[in-house]
Amino acid sequence: MADLTSNFIGIHSPNPFWLASAPPTDKAYNVVRAFEAGWGGVVWKTLGEDGPPLVNVNGPRYGAWHSGDRRLVGFNNIELITDRPLDLNVREITQVKKDWPDRAMIVSLMVPCNEDAWKEILHKIEDTGADGIELNFGCPHGMSERGMGAAVGQVPEYVEMVTRWCKEYSAMPVIVKLTPNISDIRQSARAAHNGGANAVSMINTINSIISVDLDTFSINPSTGGKGTHGGYCGPAVKPIALNMVAEVARDEQTRGLPISGIGGITTWRDAVDFIALGAGNVQVCTAAMTYGFKVIDDMVTGLSDFMDSKGFASVDEIVGKAVDKVTDWKYLDLNTIVKAQIDQEQCIECGRCHVVCEDTSHQAISATKDGSRHFEVIDEECVGCNLCVSVCPVEGCISLRELSVGEIDKRTGETVSGEYANWTTHANNPMRTNQ
Amino acid sequence: MDIRAARLTADEYAHNFSDMHPPLGDTAALVEADRCYFCYDAPCTEACPTGIDVAGFISMIKSGNNSGAARLILQENIIGGSCARVCPTETLCEQACVRNEQDHRPVSIGLLQRHAVDAAINAGQQFFSRAPDTGKRVAIVGAGPAGLSCAHGLARQGHQVTIIEAREKSGGLNEYGLAAYKMLDDFASREIEYIAAIGGIEIRYGQHLGDDFDTGSLLNEFDAIFLGMGLDGVNSLNLANEEVDGVMSAVDYISQIRQSGDLSELPVGRQVVVIGGGMTAIDIATQVKLLGADEVTLVYRRGPEAMVASEEEREFTQIKGVKILYNAKPVNIITVDGHVREVEFERKGETFSLPADMLFKAIGQNFDAKLDGAVELEKGRIRVDAQRKTSVAGIWAGGDCVCDGEDLTVAAAQDGKLAAKSINEYLLKSGRGE
Repeated sequence: MADLTSNFIGIHSPNPFWLASAPPTDKAYNVVRAFEAGWGGVVWKTLGEDGPPLVNVNGPRYGAWHSGDRRLVGFNNIELITDRPLDLNVREITQVKKDWPDRAMIVSLMVPCNEDAWKEILHKIEDTGADGIELNFGCPHGMSERGMGAAVGQVPEYVEMVTRWCKEYSAMPVIVKLTPNISDIRQSARAAHNGGANAVSMINTINSIISVDLDTFSINPSTGGKGTHGGYCGPAVKPIALNMVAEVARDEQTRGLPISGIGGITTWRDAVDFIALGAGNVQVCTAAMTYGFKVIDDMVTGLSDFMDSKGFASVDEIVGKAVDKVTDWKYLDLNTIVKAQIDQEQCIECGRCHVVCEDTSHQAISATKDGSRHFEVIDEECVGCNLCVSVCPVEGCISLRELSVGEIDKRTGETVSGEYANWTTHANNPMRTNQ
Repeated sequence: MDIRAARLTADEYAHNFSDMHPPLGDTAALVEADRCYFCYDAPCTEACPTGIDVAGFISMIKSGNNSGAARLILQENIIGGSCARVCPTETLCEQACVRNEQDHRPVSIGLLQRHAVDAAINAGQQFFSRAPDTGKRVAIVGAGPAGLSCAHGLARQGHQVTIIEAREKSGGLNEYGLAAYKMLDDFASREIEYIAAIGGIEIRYGQHLGDDFDTGSLLNEFDAIFLGMGLDGVNSLNLANEEVDGVMSAVDYISQIRQSGDLSELPVGRQVVVIGGGMTAIDIATQVKLLGADEVTLVYRRGPEAMVASEEEREFTQIKGVKILYNAKPVNIITVDGHVREVEFERKGETFSLPADMLFKAIGQNFDAKLDGAVELEKGRIRVDAQRKTSVAGIWAGGDCVCDGEDLTVAAAQDGKLAAKSINEYLLKSGRGE
C-alpha cells in the first residue's frame, strides 16, 4: 500500500483528505465521528468574533439538483458560519486536537475587516493547539452582505491586507480560501501570496439559485415564500474548480504556492484530478453530506491502489503532474489531426452520435449501410470534435484516432506533417508572429 | 377423478393472482426512464405495431411531464393501458431496445407505458375531444380492442358510433380472455369508460351477428361498418371422446376465471393437461396451477422454437410450476365413466400417457362468425387490404378476425386505428348520411 501520509505546508495528516469547513465540522461530535471514520484532517467550521452567536434561518438551508435517478449532482446552501458560542468551539477544538494529535486541525475564521478583530481571534485560536488557520474569504451568502466572506475575497487588496495581519499576529500557517465569484481567480491568489499566505484553498461555493418552485414561483429552497442565492457545490462544480486550481498552479506569480483543492470531490479519482493539477491535498464536504463519512474508505483505498498501480510512492509525486499539460488555446497544435472511429463490435446502434452530428455539428456520421441501421464516421466530414464520443452511452465504443505523419486528412486533402504549429504563427492570423 | 374448488386459502388465492408485473412507483419510474438512451429513429418505435414514440414518451416521464407522455402513447394507441399490461413486449419494443446489446436488460417499456397511462386514466385526463357531429353513423361489430380503437378514432372525427356486442360486457379478450394476473381489478372496464368518455359512442349488448342482425341490415342503418368480432370458434383436437366431461376449452375457462368474483368457487383437477403452444395455453396452464392444481403439464406438438408463446412466457409458467413437454402429439383420450382419465401422446414413434382430471384444449381459435358470405374470406378469416377494407364497399374489418393478423391486442388496436382513418376519409367523400 502506497504511503498516503500528507505534509501540507508543514501540517501532517495520515492522508490528504480533509473535511472542508462546513456543517460536517461544526462541532466535536461530528469531527470525532469523522476522525473515527478515517479522515485525515478537518477545517473546523468558520468561527466569527466573540459576542452573541449569529442566527441561521429556521427554514431550509440546502437545495439540491438531482439526476433522473435522484443522485445529487449539485447542491447549495445558505447556512452561515457557526451559530455556536466562540468559547464552546474553542474548547472543543482544543479537546479534539488533544485527543487526535495525528490529525490535521485547521480553524476557519471570518471576522469583520478590521485589524483588531483579527488580532483578537487569532490569539484565541493559537491557544487551541490547532495546526493552522483558514481565512474564509469565500462565503457568498449572508456574511458577504455584512462585509465579510466573499465581500473580502472579491477585493484583492483586502485579501492581501487581512492575510498580512494574520501572518503578523500569528505564527500559525495561514491558508486563504478563495471565492470563485470573481472574474480572474489569479488576482485573488496573487493577493494572498503577496500577503504572505502559506497556501490558498479553492474553490469556495458559487453563487447559485437551484430552481423555481413551479407551483408557488418562489425559489428553492425558500423560507416564508422567499429565497436567496446560496453557495453551489457538489459534483457539478468540479470542472470549474479544476480550471481555477490549474490557473493558479500555472500562473507565473503564484507558481509553487501550495493549493488545497476543493470542489465536488466525491471519489479518489476526483482527488487525483485536483492533485495532478497542482493541489497538495484536498478538502471534501458535499460527498460526506450526501453519503456520510464512510466515503473516505473509497477515497483512501482507491488513491492507494492507483498509486501502487502507477508506481507513485507518495502523494507529493503526483502533485502538479498535469499542470504543464494545461496551456492557452493559442498554443494548441493545429497540425494534430484526429478522426472519430466507431468500434462496430461495441456499437449498440442507439444512433445518438449520428443525430447529434447531423443536427448540431458536421454531418459526419452516417446512419445506414446497404439499407440497414449502421453508424459509421465519414472521414471526409469529421473534424474530430469529440461530440459523438461525449454522447455515446457505451464507454470506449467511439474513440478519437490521431492520424499519423504522412496520412492524408480526407477532409482537407492535406498530408499530416507532424510538425508543431499553432495559431500564433498561422497564416490566417493577422496578428501572427514569424515563428 | 379429483376435481375440486377451494383447494387454497383466501391468502393463497390473493397472492397467486396478484399483479404479474407490479406497477412502478414514481421514483422507480424515473430511474427506469433514465435508462432510456433516447435513440435516434428509435428501434422500439419501429417494433411497436401501433408506432408509439417510445423514446419520446419516456423522455417526458423523465422530465415529470406525465400527461405529455400519456398523450403521446394514446394518440397512437388508445388502449395503450391494456397493451402495456398484455403486450408480449419481450418480442416487440423491448426486444428492439439497444440496452439488450449493452447489458442484456431492456428498458422496461411496458411498465413505463403503464405508469404514464394509468396516471392519466386514474385522473380522468382526456387528451382528445370530439369534432362537431358529422351526422355520419358507423356500426362496429364487437367491443374488443379493434372495435374500441376504431370507435375512438371515428368519434374523434365527429362521427356517431354504435358498437354492437354479443356479450354482456365490452372489452373482448381484454375482459374475457387473458390471464387474470395480467389484467387486474376492473382495468378493462375502466379503460372502456375512459375511451367512451369522448362521447358519440353507444354500445348495444347481447346482439349476435347472424341472429339479431346482419351486415345487410347494418348497411341500411349505418354509413359504414367495421367488423371486429374476433374469433369465436375453438379448434378441435379431432379425437374421439373430445366431448366427454373434463375436456374443456381453455378460452371458456379463462373467461370464467376472469369473470369470477370468488376464485375459490372455481373447480380444478389435481392433475391437469393442457394442449397447445400459444399464449392461451400458457395462460390456462399457469392459472390452473395457481388455482391449486397439483400437476399441470403443457404439451406442445412441436419444439420450443416453433412455439408462439415467448421464452419469457414459458419461463414464467415454469416458475409457477407448470411442466412443459415438447414434440408430443395427442392421440387418444382415455375415459372412465364418461370422464377423462388419461391422455395418450405420441412422441418420436413412442406412446405415453399422462393422467388427467381435466384436459384443456388451447390449440387456437377459428373464425366462426355468421357472415353468410357477406365479405370475402382468405385462409378462413376476413380478407382486408392495408387500410383494413374488406371486399365490400362500406365494410372494414380488423383484429383477430382478419387474415394475416398477428393475433395480438396491439395489432388489433392498430387495425382499428387504420380502419377509422380510412372510414373517415370514405365518409367525408361519400354523400351518404344526412
